[in-house]
Amino acid sequence: MITREPEYYPPPRNFAGRLGRHLLFFCRELGQGGLLLADAVWNVRYVFTKRARREVVNQMYVAGIKSLGVVTVVAVFTGMILALQTGLALRDYNQEVYIGGAVMVSMLREMGPFMTGLILAACVGSAIAAQLGTMAVSEEIAALEIMSIDPVRFLVMPRLVAMAIMTPLLSFYTCMMGVLGGGIVGATQLGVAWAAYIDNGTRNAEIKDLYVGLLKAFLFGVIITIVACHEGFATEQGAVGVGQSTRRSVIVSFLLILVVGYFVTRLLYVS
Amino acid sequence: MIRFDQVTKVLGGRTVLDRISFEVKKGETFVIVGPSGAGKSVSLKHMVRLLTPDSGDVSVGGASIVNTSRAELEQVRNRFGYLFQGGAMLAWMTVAENIALPLIEKTTLTNDEISDKVAASLAMVGLEKDGEKYPDEISGGMRKRAGLARAIIRDPEIVLYDEPTSGLDPVTSRTIDKLIDELREKLGVTSVVVTHDLHSALSIGSRIAMLFGGKIVELSDPATFVKSEQEDVQGFLEAQYITKAGSWERKQRA
Repeated sequence: MITREPEYYPPPRNFAGRLGRHLLFFCRELGQGGLLLADAVWNVRYVFTKRARREVVNQMYVAGIKSLGVVTVVAVFTGMILALQTGLALRDYNQEVYIGGAVMVSMLREMGPFMTGLILAACVGSAIAAQLGTMAVSEEIAALEIMSIDPVRFLVMPRLVAMAIMTPLLSFYTCMMGVLGGGIVGATQLGVAWAAYIDNGTRNAEIKDLYVGLLKAFLFGVIITIVACHEGFATEQGAVGVGQSTRRSVIVSFLLILVVGYFVTRLLYVS
Repeated sequence: MIRFDQVTKVLGGRTVLDRISFEVKKGETFVIVGPSGAGKSVSLKHMVRLLTPDSGDVSVGGASIVNTSRAELEQVRNRFGYLFQGGAMLAWMTVAENIALPLIEKTTLTNDEISDKVAASLAMVGLEKDGEKYPDEISGGMRKRAGLARAIIRDPEIVLYDEPTSGLDPVTSRTIDKLIDELREKLGVTSVVVTHDLHSALSIGSRIAMLFGGKIVELSDPATFVKSEQEDVQGFLEAQYITKAGSWERKQRA
């Protein structure tokens, strides 16, 4: 059952009590998030039903197309900053041409999925948490349960599928825009020709960088959706609660994106 | 039909329901009244296990629902319709889509059959022209009527109403009362109504239970209820200008 009973705990007596309670709540949240993920993945088998297909496409549009503007601006400027900072350092050694490799590798491996994850957590994750939170406090989730409509299948699964598809696609788009931004700075500020920039980039980047970046983006998409849905479903106390859930969803997603990003890099690049 | 046996529920450190027992009989309109925070809505939520009792038992059709599996609970819930206080309509769907939702998701009816049923339900609650509007484009009263149409679209045996007339003007309130009465008379639906509105309770109720301080302080038919000597009941009646031989009896004669 998604609808939760209101909880009440007497205030802890001392610091140890407070710490213990935080620890217990953390473990519980982790467990509930894991169960929600398992439930949503189990319900992916219904993704080809007519309503689910339509909802997945709708969510893909919301997560992907509606985020394109902000993703483009952030990606282009990230690439430009990377190229400028690296290029200025390399200029001292007359090695500006290597900005191609620096920008492409860092965008593919790290910055592309990372920036996409942060943007989607802030734009889409917060919107999901706010929407489901509002539904929870206005008893719409309870209404679904009374109608025997599984909220996980109805609300979480389409969002999960949409984000799992769109985040890697957006991440790839972010990488391309970042490389473009770096190229613009290279050509206009550092005197690196387009052909040399792209040639250096493709020589240094490996196909593994692309795969790892896409894997990270996929994981980030799943994390953002599950965190946002979990926080949304757990919302209590009206408008204040919706605000708190939205805030928590963004913070938790940011932290998990950083932590998971590090461990994936550690796992796949450090032998 | 629905039986509460020594049900206790503590919320926020406060005992909201204190060992209450009652039974809702098949085909009756059972009304629960009481002041705010008395546990009326909490009782209603126990009937479909949106809340579970801390102790005691809740059974529907003779079978306890407190520890049933998810699949069994779904079977039990299929017997219910539930009208939430605010209507609980999904904001991104039109009124008609909201009403059709349980049919689309839980039945094998064709699109035409669903459209026909939705149109009939909308007509029954007087919203035949508002099916294509979104919930935030209609008034609170219309949202409640739309919620009622959704609650009854699958012809449930039991309908639970959480404050069906709160926040509505007297005319709309009486329209809702009439709808509840019609459902009982024409379709034999068992109804449980939670309300503050004693005028409504006395008009539609087969029996009325008054909750106060987590306990049932009065449980009787409307004629007996209005004559109750119980202090809390009297206070509640007087607060709504209903006296033993007063407005309610005049209304009955009218």
